[in-house]
Amino acid sequence: MYLMICHDVIIIGAGIVGAMISRELSKYNLDVLVLEKENDVGNKTTNANSAIVHSGYDPVPGTLKARFNVEGNKMFDLLCDELDVPFYRIGSLTVALYDEQLPLLKSLQERSKQNGVDVELLTGEEVKKLEPNINPIVKGALLAKSAGIVDPFNLCVHAMENAIDNGVKLERNCRVEDITKSDNYYKISTTKGDYFSKIVINAAGVYSDKIASMIEGIDWKITPRKGEYFILDHYKAGLVNHTIFPLPNEKGKGILVSPTSSGNYILGPTSEEVLDRDDVSTDKDTLNMVRTGATGMVPSIPFNQVIRVFSGMRATCTRHDFVIEHSKKYNDFINVGGIESPGLVSSPAIAKYVVESLIRPLIQLKEKDDFNPRVRRYHRLYNELLKDSNDFLKDNHDYCDVICNCEKVTLGEIKDVLSRSCPPYSVKALKRRTRAGFGKCQGGFCQPRIVLLLAKHYGVSPLAIPLDNDGSEILVEKIKDNK
Amino acid sequence: MERIDLVVIGGGSAGMAAAIEAHNRGVKNVLILEKDGNLGGILNQCIHNGFGLTEFKEELTGPEYLQRFVDQVKELHIPYELNAYVSSIDRNKVVTYSSKKKGLVKVQAKAIIIATGCYERNAGAIQIPGDRCAGIITAGTAQKYLNIHGYLCGKRIVILGSGDIGLIMARRLTLEGAKVICVSEIMPYSNGLNRNIAQCLNDFNIPLYLSRSVSNVKSKDGRLCKVTLSQVDEKFQFIKGTEMEIECDTLILSVGLIPYISLLEYIDCPTSTTKGAIVDQYLQTDIEGIFTCGNCLHVHDVVDFVTNEGREAGRGAALYIQGDKLNNKSILVKPGEGVNYVVPQKIALPINDDISFKFRVKKPIKDVNIVVKNGDNLISKIVKPVLIPSEMVMINVKKEKLMDNPQDITIYLENRNNG
Repeated sequence: MYLMICHDVIIIGAGIVGAMISRELSKYNLDVLVLEKENDVGNKTTNANSAIVHSGYDPVPGTLKARFNVEGNKMFDLLCDELDVPFYRIGSLTVALYDEQLPLLKSLQERSKQNGVDVELLTGEEVKKLEPNINPIVKGALLAKSAGIVDPFNLCVHAMENAIDNGVKLERNCRVEDITKSDNYYKISTTKGDYFSKIVINAAGVYSDKIASMIEGIDWKITPRKGEYFILDHYKAGLVNHTIFPLPNEKGKGILVSPTSSGNYILGPTSEEVLDRDDVSTDKDTLNMVRTGATGMVPSIPFNQVIRVFSGMRATCTRHDFVIEHSKKYNDFINVGGIESPGLVSSPAIAKYVVESLIRPLIQLKEKDDFNPRVRRYHRLYNELLKDSNDFLKDNHDYCDVICNCEKVTLGEIKDVLSRSCPPYSVKALKRRTRAGFGKCQGGFCQPRIVLLLAKHYGVSPLAIPLDNDGSEILVEKIKDNK
Repeated sequence: MERIDLVVIGGGSAGMAAAIEAHNRGVKNVLILEKDGNLGGILNQCIHNGFGLTEFKEELTGPEYLQRFVDQVKELHIPYELNAYVSSIDRNKVVTYSSKKKGLVKVQAKAIIIATGCYERNAGAIQIPGDRCAGIITAGTAQKYLNIHGYLCGKRIVILGSGDIGLIMARRLTLEGAKVICVSEIMPYSNGLNRNIAQCLNDFNIPLYLSRSVSNVKSKDGRLCKVTLSQVDEKFQFIKGTEMEIECDTLILSVGLIPYISLLEYIDCPTSTTKGAIVDQYLQTDIEGIFTCGNCLHVHDVVDFVTNEGREAGRGAALYIQGDKLNNKSILVKPGEGVNYVVPQKIALPINDDISFKFRVKKPIKDVNIVVKNGDNLISKIVKPVLIPSEMVMINVKKEKLMDNPQDITIYLENRNNG
């Protein structure tokens, strides 16, 4: 006998947008399922971006980008408190290095006003006081104090975890291959079988146009743009104190220099249109562009502190704006596509809008009595050390067993994330959650122990533990039995 | 807060030798803090032989070599704590560490010896072009998987870099049934010891390509599937048209070791081009009472020399604890023509002992004199038929030659044909 389970809502994609919408929906008595093609949440664009909570001075006034950026920015303090995610409002400086750029700075100030973002126009001398390492030729800057930096990995992981804790279900390794509409439900065919739902939300990132096209012809398209970055070690505070942007151009906000929420520094991104949506390679010439751009603003960047280079893919859309709307044909199919920068900061506001304005008219939203907006508190040895107190550690010895030396990540932290409702299955997924392997040795010392811990936890051979998605297993053969 | 005369951070070859030496010189209140579950550090995974030729006049495996020091530590009842991770030290020599047994612990040391070893340069640091995928791994990590845990990380392997661990792993992986296709070295000469090239590559017919590096890596379904090697010019830029595509599942990196000195970096201890701290002949850093030795000072090619350097630091710390003021005026030691670096980088005055200088040359060179000058005065000239960067050079200078009117010292190479 075949019993068809028809969910109320299926969300396709567990990036930051899918995760935020899931969490928003988990406040209501609904049966919600999230389908993710990767083996972890936030494994694509959410995993590789500048991690900036933009102020919203820059998007063209009147666009969805401007609206949700500004709205989303205001939500971050509460959001990151509830989700226990590092977030710091360090402010951003958009700098003019030459006199001829000053009028553009002025016009950006005007645009900020229209978007409702408070900014200050600073002189070169004022900028130098805030940023001693800035290129001394600096002529002025726009200071946006509301800009911030966030841990994008755990923002997504904890949003999804919170949604799951509140009843949402997640299927990983589940690639959507076809969608068909019947009278009152959708059939979603995936690599894991068929799923049925009354409402479908397409939050498929760089593939959102492909998913949208499964039910109708669309007038927008994703033209993915790749961005390459450098990460510097957290060797010293104060290289820069704010997120430093050049003046924006037609390709985007340009190559920034910023501290990260973990005390590292990030330089990038470039912006290059590519055909392969999964291409996350880096190359020397492009990275040299980052080098040139970054040193133009901050000449003393210590490139000997580079610990990683990476690239990420933007879901740039031919509309030059976010696509957040019902499909033309069907009210109960909602596209949330083309979410490129400022997608991260916009995501909570987008989620609110999707649920309150696009879903509410379709289905009864009854609030749960027991919705808990908070995730379980995440302890780190690092934070306990900052407190300089033994209160927590003396009773929790797993937090004294350091596994990742560079980032001070302990067995306690690893056991914690493995016991959560949205746990890691790969080395990279564990790295995202705990920072183990994020440091200067890049996992050289800790990776073997982490592979063994994952294998033990899931009761599988270390041969089955992937670096990233399934298929990327690290070890190929067992050659001897060790006790 | 507990008071301890000498805290040794790191229980590997350098740390154990330092603790033993200090103990033998009368410093009994010593504590070795080791982050791992056993003493010995990286030697635990170095199961090949070739260790101990200088120290014991016999050829030992890594575990055999380290065990001799572990035995001494135990015989002498030198206290040590395992799974003890030092999270910070400060300039007043308070050591904070987390211990599986006790939680967070702070101790006040009179002197500290940093012997935290080194880490491997990795794909991030050298910015390998191409895909991020499984199958790119540093040689030491591959060694740990294989020798400690019993797992092979690949079957068809390209090794980038001809450092010693890479060469050792070429042989080791071959013996375990993997196919090591080649070793590629960006420099026009190898960075490994000659004996390792002979025993690990030549004996197994593994080709070594010089002046070649990885210009691209390609992956399929998340795993490495192809590496492109290209010839490089004198400026290490890839030369178009020299690409060589190799199908393989693993790229092992043996592209250098870097002193691991986060503890010193966080207290702004001045460092040198070795990426280790600047030290004097007692191996004392610029911060009084903090000493350093072994691979976290500068990377060694032979463990016997690490042991020896550990002893020097143990001696220095003992003198300091026993009341010798070491941090008086000092003179500088500068690397000159052809010399990459010299340790120590400065000499504390007065000079009471003969001094051992350790250095590496910039590139392979034949028929040279090693010249040591005190100011403009020649104090030593040593004839060398050949010097290579992969072999650390050690020279001893008698204190009598330095004691009179010591000025800044320069060590450089001089071509014998010209001089």
